[in-house]
This record gives sequence, C-alpha cells and structure tokens, in this order.
Amino acid sequence: MTRNGTTRRNVLRSGAGVVAAGTLAAPMVHAQGTAGALRFAFWDHWVPGGNDALKELAAKWGEQKRVNVSLDFINTTGNQLQLTAAAQAQSRSGHDGISLTPWDVGAYSQQLEPVDDVIGRLVGKYGPINPVAEFLCKHGGKWRGVPATSGTQNKPACVRFDLMLEHAGIDVRAMWPANNTRGPGADNWTWETFTVAAEKCFKAGVPFGLPMGQFSDAVDWVGALFAGYGAQITDATGKPTIRGNAKLKTAIELGVRLSRFLPSDVWAWDDASNNRALIGGKSALVFNPPSAWAVAKRDAPQVAEKCWTIPMPAGPEGRYLAYLPFTTGVWAFGRNKTAAKEFLEFITQRESAEAITNKSGGYDIPPFASMTDFKVWETTSPPVGTIYNYPLKPHHQAKTSIAFDPAPPELASQMYIQALNTKVIARVAQGGETVDQAMGWLEREITNMRRG
Amino acid sequence: MAPDSSAAVPAPRPAAARAESSAMKRFARRRSTIAFLMTLPLILVIGGLVAWPAGYAIYLSMLNRRQTAFIGLENFDILLENETFQSVIWQSCFFAITAVLLKALVGFWLAHMLHHVPARGQKMWRGMLLVPWVIPPALSTLGWWWMFDPSYSSINYLINAIGFPSVPWLGEPWWARISVIIVNVWYGAPFFMIMYLAALKSVPDQLYEAAAIDGATGWQGLRHITLPMMQNIISITVLFSLIVTFANYDIVRVLTNGGPRDLTQVFASYAFQVGVLSGNIPRGAAVSLFMFPLLAIIAFFVLRGVNKRTKEMA
Repeated sequence: MTRNGTTRRNVLRSGAGVVAAGTLAAPMVHAQGTAGALRFAFWDHWVPGGNDALKELAAKWGEQKRVNVSLDFINTTGNQLQLTAAAQAQSRSGHDGISLTPWDVGAYSQQLEPVDDVIGRLVGKYGPINPVAEFLCKHGGKWRGVPATSGTQNKPACVRFDLMLEHAGIDVRAMWPANNTRGPGADNWTWETFTVAAEKCFKAGVPFGLPMGQFSDAVDWVGALFAGYGAQITDATGKPTIRGNAKLKTAIELGVRLSRFLPSDVWAWDDASNNRALIGGKSALVFNPPSAWAVAKRDAPQVAEKCWTIPMPAGPEGRYLAYLPFTTGVWAFGRNKTAAKEFLEFITQRESAEAITNKSGGYDIPPFASMTDFKVWETTSPPVGTIYNYPLKPHHQAKTSIAFDPAPPELASQMYIQALNTKVIARVAQGGETVDQAMGWLEREITNMRRG
Repeated sequence: MAPDSSAAVPAPRPAAARAESSAMKRFARRRSTIAFLMTLPLILVIGGLVAWPAGYAIYLSMLNRRQTAFIGLENFDILLENETFQSVIWQSCFFAITAVLLKALVGFWLAHMLHHVPARGQKMWRGMLLVPWVIPPALSTLGWWWMFDPSYSSINYLINAIGFPSVPWLGEPWWARISVIIVNVWYGAPFFMIMYLAALKSVPDQLYEAAAIDGATGWQGLRHITLPMMQNIISITVLFSLIVTFANYDIVRVLTNGGPRDLTQVFASYAFQVGVLSGNIPRGAAVSLFMFPLLAIIAFFVLRGVNKRTKEMA
C-alpha cells in the first residue's frame, strides 16, 4: 500500500538537503553528452588550496567519462561533516559518496556500498593497504569504503631540534636523518627516553606540548603510547581486558609520570593548543602532522626552520605511529554507484594521490605503503628534509595505530569520542585516584557502553 | 419583466438540504470554530516543530543502538548506572540552579539600578546592558574562550600584571565550572534585567508613597511592596530561564567541550557527544529527555501558582 502526504523519511530527506545546501559549494563540472551526475562530499582541507587537487581530478575525470561531477567540501569544525553523514544516513538521501571519519565507516557499514572490486584492483597495482585502514573499512568481510588520501594524517613528533639538543642532549636530525637510515640513538628512542627528555625540557621552560583533553590529538598520541606497551583495553569482541592487565597499568603509570612534565593546562587543550605552543616557541615537541610546521613557516619562520619531524617513541611492544585516516564511502542509496566507485578508484591511483599530497604540502598520507616515497616529503623546506620522516617508512620499524584498536567500531567510536584513554590518566594525575581505581572506572565505563 | 422570468428563480431546495446548509453556517460561525481555525496555523507549527520531534525523540530513546529493536526504558536504566552520567546530572543541576539564581540576582540588581536612572539616560544604559543578550552565544562564548584560553588568557595577563598567579580557568574542574557559569550569567542576566525593569515600572508609585508616609524603610519597601508585586514575573522568568539553562549547549561546547574529564558536561552537550558523535542516537535521545519529566512538574506547579495569584489579584 502506498501512502500519500508527508512521511518521516520525506521530512528527513528535506532536512538532509538543507544541510547539504548549506555546505561550501565547489565547482560543478559539466560534461557534454552527460553520462549522469555525481555528487561527492569531501572533507574541507585545513591547508589552503588543499582541495584544489580533488577539484582538478574531478574535472579531468568528469570530462573523460562525460559525467557531471559536483563536489562539496564540508569541514569538521563543529562536526559538520559528521552531522551531514548522520543526516544522510538517517534520511537515506544526499550525496553519492562522502568522506567519513575513522569510526563512521563501521557505524554506517550497512548503508555503504561494498567496494571490494575497487580495492582488489588497487591492491593488485599498489600492494597491501594500511592495516589500520583495513580494520576501519572492512566489515563483515567486505570493504565498505575506500581509504582516502585527502585528510588522512600521521601524528609523529614535530621537534624543535635546537631546543631538544640544548636541553635534552638529543640530536633528532642525526637520529632520524632525511634518508632511509636510522642514526645513532634511534634504537633508544623509547617512551622512557622521551619522558626523561620531557622532564628536562619542562625544567628548561619549553615543555612538550602534549594535549591531555578530549580532542583527537590527545586521544591519538595516548593511543600510540598504549599500543607501544601492548596495553589493549578490550579484545576484538569488545570485552574489557582491564582487570589484572599489567601492561595497561604500566602504560597508565608512564602517562601519569609524563603528564607531570607537561604544561599545567594540557587537560583543557584542544587540537589547536599544541600547534600554538610550537608556533609560539613555547614548546620543544608536539605530536602533529606538518600543519603546525606549515603555519609556523608562514607566521613564525624562525620557528619553522628549526623543526624536524621524527617517528613516535617505541614501547616494549614496538613503535606505533598515531594514524587518523579518512575514508570515502559510496552510499548504498546513491543514484550513481557505479560511477561513484570508478571515481574513487581514479582519485586513489598513485598519480592522483601524489597530486593530492603535493597540493597539501605533504600533509595527506596515501593508504598504500608503496606511496610513501613522494618527492614532496624529501624536498619540502625549511630545513630541507624536515618532513622526510612524516610518512611511515620501513626503516622506522613501526606500525600505524589507532586508539582502541581492536575493539569493534561501535564500541571503539564511543571510547574514542569520549577519550577514555586520556581520562583514565587524568583521573590519576589530576583527580587523585590510584591507578587501580582509575582502571576500575574504565572497566565499568566500557561495560556500560556495551549495553543496549 | 418577461413572462417567463419566474424560470430564473431557483427552485426551492429540499428541507433537509436547507437544514444541513444552515447547520454548516452555524458551525462555521460558532466562536469555538473560528477560534480553532485562527489557531490552526499555530497548532500546526507546534505540532510539526515541537510535538513531532519530541514524540520521535521519545520513540528513539526506546530503541537499541542500531535502532533495530525496541528496548523500552533500558537506555534510561543504562544511563542511571553510568558514573559519568551521574556526574552529568549533578553538574547540570548545579550549573542550571547556580546560573539561574545568579542571573536573577544580577538582573534584579541591574533593573533596580536602571529604574532609578533618569529617563533620558536610561535608554542608553538599557541598550548597552542588553548587548550580551543580543550577541549569538556561540560567538560571544568564543570571545570568552579567548579570555580564558589555557595558554594565552588575557584575564590571566591582567591578573599576572597585578602580581597574582594565573588561574587555570578551563584546566581545573571547579574553575572550568565557574567559567561556564560566569559566561552563562553574563549572557542571560540582561533578559532578567529587562523583564524585572518592566515589572518595576508597573508597580504604582502611590504604594511607595504610602509606605514612606508610614515610615517604611527602603528595605521594607522592597520586601513588602516590590517583591510581592513582582512575584509572578519572577516565577515566570525563573521557570523560563531554568528550562533554557538546563538545555544549554553552546557555552559548554565552545568553552570546555565538557572537559576536563567530563566535569563540565551538561545534558545537552553530553547528549550530542553520546548521540551524534559516538553514533548512539537512541542513548543520546534518552540523555536529552532525562530532565523532561522533572521540568514538566516544576513548570506545572510554577504556572499553577502564577494562575492562582493572578486570580486572587483580579
């Protein structure tokens, strides 16, 4: 039976249209003799001009395939991108494809078109895909999105090499030079060494700028610290593995110890606070993509020319690099799914990925290990080679990580957004609880999240 | 007139049709029908923008996370067992009650001061004092955030300049709570001021003159004339502000994002975090509905008191 009049779905559909209309409109690429239209929503890049590569690629592909491609760039300030995805998923209408934040792929997996065919061809050409991206994108044995280059970032250490050498006696440029070798001290670049250096820099008045609040920069670096100690909070089914977890306890204790050598206000820092600390010359080290360095290059060149990006420290269980990927998904309710998948395949190819990374000044990280040799990371300056070690390279002997891996996405997204890993440290360091009390709280919190 | 002009006269309608038509006319002319038709647009607006979303939120709050199964009140049960949510309840109540009381006191004081300013200068002061209420709170809170900024607080700069140590405005839980309340009071006090000023202007001067002849002090005048005469407006503004403050979102979101350690989280910001950002829309809906019954009961009793006093005064 059909029903006339206004339905809940129609109203939601209209709402999603309004949200979409409110976003920054990018060019509509017209092609004569059109083979249909395609609408994509991409993350609006922080880096000025960072969207240009996608616009150019869309124009080129649209001309070739005679498809009208229109792109909207939606930023994550105020969670606009996440809200747009939520509205479109709820109303089952909107763009053909959309950029998704790490955990949203799992949240909307049932409404995303499988893209195994695209991934199969890309992996055949470029080799294995990043395992974290696979963990986030593959659900029920099917790929539900194509790991994106635009917006995907690593968060290694961006170090003021002059301050680090002067106050902590560590020459980071010698340790991690701008070539594929490990220098002296690289094997000893551990969280313990890091904490000692943090203390020295703190005493010298240039503390490490590590946020400990609820924003992603904080959650990501603490996630890499925990991974380095093998401190998993849950297993792959989501069952808490906290009780009697000595590795977790050690990681929390190190986090608490480290937090004593950070600025007193890091508990309230957002994702921009660490950038400001570096750019303002107040900090000897931050964990960040090259965006902080890029702003320093513009606003404080005397700071930028003394920055050097190096891998994160290692823990007893290995070296992990905080990795925050974007994924582009094709909605199952989209009108032009075949063209959407073709377009995604096109923008993920090496030439396209390099164009995207170049436009972003090296910020964007492609999902394939075989694509970590782009020239932009070698040539960017000042100083030359400053971001050579930004992408994960084999000589780093590291793995990428995302906080709360290997929890199932539904649970992990809640733990990530609610920053359980930084809070458990804060409860001890700031709240005065014992580590055991804080771990008890963590277990109860996760048990509660799993219900319903 | 043409002999057949009678053909133009309509044939008499059957009695039943006539009766029906006149009943319809009577129905259309009835006061209640006209009143209903005139209020229909408002009913439709309220139905579409209030009742439907509220009903849908209630429906959502009774679903499981994937929105595939009806689980009754389990989301509320889960929330009540959650330590973070327990602290959210406490914080929301503390925030709303403290902020409303302060807004009422500051608003009353400002209104009283303004009432005694000569009429010519009053306009200018009234306009200036209303500015915080006119600026969109998300924008003004951003300004406050810059002043409270953890690393570059301009307030701390001034505090340091007079020799005192910096205050961790947003980094320490109690200071963060106080910061959120300060911004809310700054934003909301002008509303109380303007309402109370209107109420003060409606109190007849003769009452004060009579009291002065009887030897009443200023405090006695305030206690026995001003406050009783303003009782209804005070009740309504406090109720209105309590509801709005309980639902406050933007100040917390911009200023602290609920931190540190969720200790400034209030219902609306926590509902957004749980519902939209964490992808658990049913539980987020349950958080947002949590205060609804309590506020409805408070509203019922306050409005009943207002009605009762209005009838007594009439």
